[in-house]
Amino acid sequence: MQPSKEKLLEMLRTMLLTRCFEDKLMELCQIPGKVPGMMILCTGQEAVASGVCAALEQDDVIIPNHRSHGHLLAKGADPGEVMAECFGKITGCNKGKSGTLHIAVPEVNALCTTTVVGGGIPIAAGTAFAQKYTSRKSITVCFFGDGAADEGSFHEALNLASLWDLPVIFVCENNLYAGAQRHEEHTRIRDIADRAAAYAMPGEVVDGNDAGAVYAATVRARERALAGLGPTLIECKTYRCRGHGESDHQVYQPREEIEAWKEKCPLPRLRGEMLAQGLMTHEELDRLEEEIRKTVEEAVRFAEESPYPDVAEAFTDVYV
Amino acid sequence: MPKINMVQAINLALSQEMEKDDSVVVLGEDVGVDGGVFRVTDGLIDRFGPERVIDTPLAESGIAGFSIGMALYGLKPVCEMQFSGFSYFAMHQMESHAARLRWRSGGRFSVPMVLRAPYGGGVRALEHHSESREAYWAHTPGLKTVIPSSPRNARALLVSAIRDPDPVIFYEPKALYRAFREDVPDEEETLPIGKSQIVREGKDVTLISYGASMRPVLEAASELSARHGIEAEVIDLLTVSPMDDELFTGSARKTGRVVVVHEAPRSFGPGAEIVARLVEKSFLFLEAPVRRVTGFDIVIPLYQRETEYLPGPERILKAVRETLDF
Ligand SMILES: Cc1ncc(C[n+]2csc(CCOP(=O)(O)OP(=O)(O)O)c2C)c(N)n1
Repeated sequence: MQPSKEKLLEMLRTMLLTRCFEDKLMELCQIPGKVPGMMILCTGQEAVASGVCAALEQDDVIIPNHRSHGHLLAKGADPGEVMAECFGKITGCNKGKSGTLHIAVPEVNALCTTTVVGGGIPIAAGTAFAQKYTSRKSITVCFFGDGAADEGSFHEALNLASLWDLPVIFVCENNLYAGAQRHEEHTRIRDIADRAAAYAMPGEVVDGNDAGAVYAATVRARERALAGLGPTLIECKTYRCRGHGESDHQVYQPREEIEAWKEKCPLPRLRGEMLAQGLMTHEELDRLEEEIRKTVEEAVRFAEESPYPDVAEAFTDVYV
Repeated sequence: MPKINMVQAINLALSQEMEKDDSVVVLGEDVGVDGGVFRVTDGLIDRFGPERVIDTPLAESGIAGFSIGMALYGLKPVCEMQFSGFSYFAMHQMESHAARLRWRSGGRFSVPMVLRAPYGGGVRALEHHSESREAYWAHTPGLKTVIPSSPRNARALLVSAIRDPDPVIFYEPKALYRAFREDVPDEEETLPIGKSQIVREGKDVTLISYGASMRPVLEAASELSARHGIEAEVIDLLTVSPMDDELFTGSARKTGRVVVVHEAPRSFGPGAEIVARLVEKSFLFLEAPVRRVTGFDIVIPLYQRETEYLPGPERILKAVRETLDF
């Protein structure tokens, strides 16, 4: 299904928001003592989170991986609270306890962001089971990288989900790298989507830099899941335009490769398409970008002005 | 003797053992071409080739199981977990197989492997990247858990661990990776596994610790001596399990006062075992309740509260005061 104008706008907005938000984070984490490090950013991959989440409803669950800011923002998490959480402030989504890597936002059903690579995949099958069990008209999406598909948990989860026809979409963001390893250095299979055949579920390769294509694939998979037909594996081919984290200088990523993928950046692509098709004017685009800049500035201000949690706060939330 | 840091010292142990013994292989995520997250295995692939310095996919359970298989058939694998907090996928293999095969085979064979992992706080990283859960391993009969505290003992202990016929969990205090340099002889040097050391002699109070916490402990001991004329005897466990209690219970019999320090969570931590052994073996010599200065029973908090979480000299001095004033 082709995205409507509203959906295209929504995707453009969340992609711009994610990019602007993360650019700011990258800038801030260079200032000593400002934001804790371990900034795992999704620069270049924004169309995946935005395309998928535009096809979801509020009640749908997402289980993000460590590269999560885009997933959370696209699902509708409050930028100020996410920013404050990255700062470790008390006003963050998780009272400054989770930090950038483990943000949970129950209001938008982002239930378990995990940095344990592959850790979230079985959990997503579990939430999908609960959705089916309670006859909710909702599904779960699990985001993970190509590296995560090498973990044993991937196999266990896909097998369970398929066996029990669970309403879950496994979204593999193949950004060509897992740590410093290129795709072909860690797995023989070209398309991770091919693994779906082993679990008798559909596997689809999508251009992960084409938000519309990601959206359309997610809509199809979601309909299938809601119809009781079980899970789908969607592999989004994309590229990590930055290093793994802020201190990774991409020595193992060939310059020409980075440049070539920057050319394919999903943001100018969607922007260009919308302008070309007359879905928005330059003025509207400028206004949107300005509005997003303001939102991010406001989020940073909110985070900066918020206090750190008291020491006593560290002793809460371990048990009831 | 060249002065080197702990990263270089561990690298030295690995390269010398690989040189000496073809059956030693190194494997893990990004240990080869990249040289490891903390650069511990830097350059090994150039010297020994990709057959012996193996970049694996992301698969901790697989890496551990694979290492067990290699060890069962005559190799001496040294596998790396990128952070100790990511080793839990590997736990089932280590706990269910590596730890048990000597027993199960009636002593007919064992699993000579080493699982290396950086552990502990001090680098301002989140959760799994900063935690200190050595008790999980130490609680498992059949596994040896070794935690060095300096470049020199890291090198010597790792050599012993590689040569040890049993599986060894080798936790490297990442806060000390580049914290200081030490003279490390180029010639072979080993330290016995299962033996602790007195690193400072004293008569007034015994401080027992290991790993990254040795630094604040030694700082506190210097301060006690310089400012208060109190001589602390400092014991570095070096091996957490099997625990060498001879040395520290002996010291406790001499000083009558003990403070145990570690950054692992308090409850059921290694300190609990140390206190139990003190009670069993030197109860009648104790002049004061034993104090524990530890991490807390929480997930390690974010960096802005990390210094409060980790045992620092202040907290150690306070505990020493309390035992002395009792
Ligand atoms: C179980 C586990 N092992 C290792 C790590 C360290 N680590 C964090 S991200 C990462 C690479 C993950 O690659 P991929 O799944 O492809 O996701 P990407 O980072 O490319 O988005 C590694 C090795 C981890 N977080 N969890």
